[in-house]
Amino acid sequence: MPFQSILYEHGRADTGDAPAEAPEYFRDLNLDQIVEGIAAGKQEYELKPFFYDSLKTIEAIEYRADVMRDLEDERVLACVNRFAASMRLMREQLEQSNKLYYKYQKERWFLHAVETYCAAVRAINGDLLELKVASRGLLAFRDFVANYAGSDPFAFLLATSSTIAGDLAKVNYSILIKGNGFTVRKYDSEDDYSAQVAHTFEKFRQGAVDDYRVRLSSSVEMNHVEAKVLEFVSLLHKQPFAELDEFFVRHQGFADPTLMRFDREIEFYIAYLEYMSRFKRAGLRFTYARVSATNKAVHAQEVFDLALATTLTGTETEIVCNDIDLHGKERVLIVSGPNQGGKTTLARTFGQLHHLASIGCPVPGRDAHLFLFDSIFTHFEKEEKIENLRGKLQDDLMRIRAILRKATPQSILIVNECFNSTTLSDAVFLARKIIDRVAELDLLCVCVTFLDELATSSEKTVSMVSTVVPDNPVLRTYKVVRKPADGRSYAISIAEKYGLTYERVKARIPL
Amino acid sequence: MKAHLMYRDRDFDLGQEARPYEEALVADLELPTLFAAMSRGDTWLTEVVRKALLASSVEVDTILYRQDILKDCLRNEAAVREMYDLAVETIASVRKYYLGRLARYPGWVLHRSVEGMEMLVDMLRRLRGLADQHAAAFESEGFRALFAMLRGELGDDYFATVRHHLKQLKVHDRVFISAQLGEGTKGASYTLRREKAREGGWLTRIFATGPPAYSFQLPDRDEGGSRALSELRDRGINLVANALAQSTEHIVSFFNMLRTELAFYVGCLNLHGRLLVQGEPLCFPRPSVPAERRHSATGLYDVCLALKLGSRVIGNELQADDKDLVIVTGANQGGKSTFLRSIGLSQLMMQCGMFAPAQTFAANVCERIFTHYRREEDVAMKSGKFDEELSRMSSIIDGLVPNSLVLLNESFAATNEREGSEIARQVVTALIERHIKVVCVTHQYEFARRLYAEDVPGRLFLRAGRLPDGTRTFIVTQGQPLETSYGEDLYRQIFADDDGAHRSSGSLTTRGAASK
Repeated sequence: MPFQSILYEHGRADTGDAPAEAPEYFRDLNLDQIVEGIAAGKQEYELKPFFYDSLKTIEAIEYRADVMRDLEDERVLACVNRFAASMRLMREQLEQSNKLYYKYQKERWFLHAVETYCAAVRAINGDLLELKVASRGLLAFRDFVANYAGSDPFAFLLATSSTIAGDLAKVNYSILIKGNGFTVRKYDSEDDYSAQVAHTFEKFRQGAVDDYRVRLSSSVEMNHVEAKVLEFVSLLHKQPFAELDEFFVRHQGFADPTLMRFDREIEFYIAYLEYMSRFKRAGLRFTYARVSATNKAVHAQEVFDLALATTLTGTETEIVCNDIDLHGKERVLIVSGPNQGGKTTLARTFGQLHHLASIGCPVPGRDAHLFLFDSIFTHFEKEEKIENLRGKLQDDLMRIRAILRKATPQSILIVNECFNSTTLSDAVFLARKIIDRVAELDLLCVCVTFLDELATSSEKTVSMVSTVVPDNPVLRTYKVVRKPADGRSYAISIAEKYGLTYERVKARIPL
Repeated sequence: MKAHLMYRDRDFDLGQEARPYEEALVADLELPTLFAAMSRGDTWLTEVVRKALLASSVEVDTILYRQDILKDCLRNEAAVREMYDLAVETIASVRKYYLGRLARYPGWVLHRSVEGMEMLVDMLRRLRGLADQHAAAFESEGFRALFAMLRGELGDDYFATVRHHLKQLKVHDRVFISAQLGEGTKGASYTLRREKAREGGWLTRIFATGPPAYSFQLPDRDEGGSRALSELRDRGINLVANALAQSTEHIVSFFNMLRTELAFYVGCLNLHGRLLVQGEPLCFPRPSVPAERRHSATGLYDVCLALKLGSRVIGNELQADDKDLVIVTGANQGGKSTFLRSIGLSQLMMQCGMFAPAQTFAANVCERIFTHYRREEDVAMKSGKFDEELSRMSSIIDGLVPNSLVLLNESFAATNEREGSEIARQVVTALIERHIKVVCVTHQYEFARRLYAEDVPGRLFLRAGRLPDGTRTFIVTQGQPLETSYGEDLYRQIFADDDGAHRSSGSLTTRGAASK
């Protein structure tokens, strides 16, 4: 099958374009912020739909993950980035050509764009043959590019453009300015006077000096004197200008559509890799999750909320990682404990991990085993609305019921602090009922609650608790664990801290 | 053209970044006193001597090269000061021709540069005059090379060529430039050219068919066109103006370099004059390579103390050849710190090519020189202070390479003696084994005793002198560590009339065998 798309092995032909709107759970899980951060600075590529579009088969996820893995090789990434930069340049040059007034300028900018395009195609073709890529996506793309770069139309485009550009580069002329007029001739090897002056004082040369050239403004456009000069130059050198005229007419619409699609879609990976690298520099880890469509055991270590991490990078605040584990019959994480202790963060993280894995991206954390969901449902507290005639509790229940009707055993449910608008015993009762339904459906679920009573519901539930520093309960650790961590005192000798023991000193001084 | 009075084959780099430990070295060795005597308050001189002392050389060859030049300076003080003054005057005059970074008209840049160049050429001519006048009296390699270069490069015919160019550049009614097609066929690579002289008489020129040419005359009142043409003209002038402005800057840099390198020697002359008046001895030291262990001196004194007191101070003898560790123990205020400072100062002075404050002085040069002095006591934050002390030591270790010199003054004292001694022992032992030369003033008996007891060659133990009645001699002599620092003497002296009231005894009391 010929190469179509680097994001969808079969071109997403069956279902049309990627969705323009974000899934409903995006806001609750702060995935909207994450995607905003990823796509920032790349508006021209319109990447957001790709990030909304969770994939439904393991195969489709792997197609992407493999491409992403290839791109983690800096050389492959650099090669693709060079291509992207060239394509951006090409578009700017075409735009420039459209804007200009004088004919030769217009045509020359068009030729610049073609030169950029040809060089980019040749470069990426050469690079891909050199580099080791293993993904089906990039291998197919490599074949496509090799085929295209070897085709006759491309060879013709390349040959013509470089001949004309070469001829134009060889044009040398001189201008004699005298009073209010000027004369243009072919250049005749006259001596460089500035060089003569510089040569006279060469013996005093000491080191770097300032550049005293006045920055003479130079717009892309020409004024009428420059245009007149150019006109004279074209009369002195007729041949290359005639060729340029013909080229411009003949090669409109030269760029290949599949290449242009690749140029847009590959940015999906680049954007994510760039976004990820910020956190990697801060010492956080990412991993390719193993996604299963059948096994509901969810397990991941050192996970963190990517949206929260985004707002915290650059500050001194440490980003706290947590472990998640659901095995055997366990399906439901009941998260309780003190407020502001990272409970909601953990719940969001659970959802983010699953969504990110479903679009083929590495997830924050390590050793992740996740589930291939059909949908994610979230139930987060909503502001009470005046026009909503139902009470808040009723509203909560209605929403839950709607969710449970739509949910299938392949779905994921994330519930955050519901039923807090009623009495405690009511809340416990309702929550228990809901959890029973969830268990019946065999849903994967995270339930954040202030109700400690829920923690010991059944064999399907696991309790996690946000923790505090034992010595100072006011401080939160943002660690959410199955059991509290032990406080560790660090009475290490100061000398050791500074590397001032005999062995360390010896090791630190070079021989 | 280069001055090359600091190094035989390269410039003295004034722009070198300060290394992190320099701050400590300056404070611990009281270098500002030395800088002040050398510069006589001149801020420029201060900057230069500071850099020269801190960027000390490790090349024996360079040291001897500078020593020779310094000897020339001592013999020809007036001529050296005259050259220095000429360089200073040049730099001062140059400011008038300063081109702002925001110059907007190439014509203006060219005009200012021509004027500046005329002034500089005049100064160069005067400099050559000085060279003609004094060259015979100088013997050092450095000065002889400098004078030979000035006389060789700055001949009369050279000055004639320069005059010709400057005349040409003052008029520009015809501007002739070449160009190529750049981006989008805009003109590029504009270069100012010299028109070829046409051959033959006017008749030939009229009837010859020249190369094809197209001319255009702007219509009257085409202001936009005039502006555009003048822009084109500017593009040509721009390059030659730049070439001349850069040449000016190069000549200024030459004078600057001359001024900088001479400034160091002028600083030496200033210091020499001052110490001579005080009757202090000075000698040219004998340096040897870093890998050797040489350190011997007679009449070695703390030059900063001498400058402060304004009178002669007591000199010490040191025989530490083949030693890599010197430990100084003994009486409080017995001259230990002064002795340690005199070692650091003489080493620095030798390594920048100066004379040394001693009757005789010989030492191996050291790759880098570090000081680790105890900082002012801050009782309230005992642990924080120890932390600070160790962190400083740690950063010293980051900067160490073999054959460096480390001067320790009561290091690791901000904790109890047992712990302090143990850390000191570990650090010092490791330093020596990594070929670092260590001179160490300490009160830590436990530390000094253990190193003494190990009985390893290459270690020298000195004691600050004290007569049996408790008087200090300020002389440091060889001797094994004793278990007291005579702090009690000091205590007695200070609290003589204040029996029993010893609030601050905590920091002064010593253990052991002091006589009651």
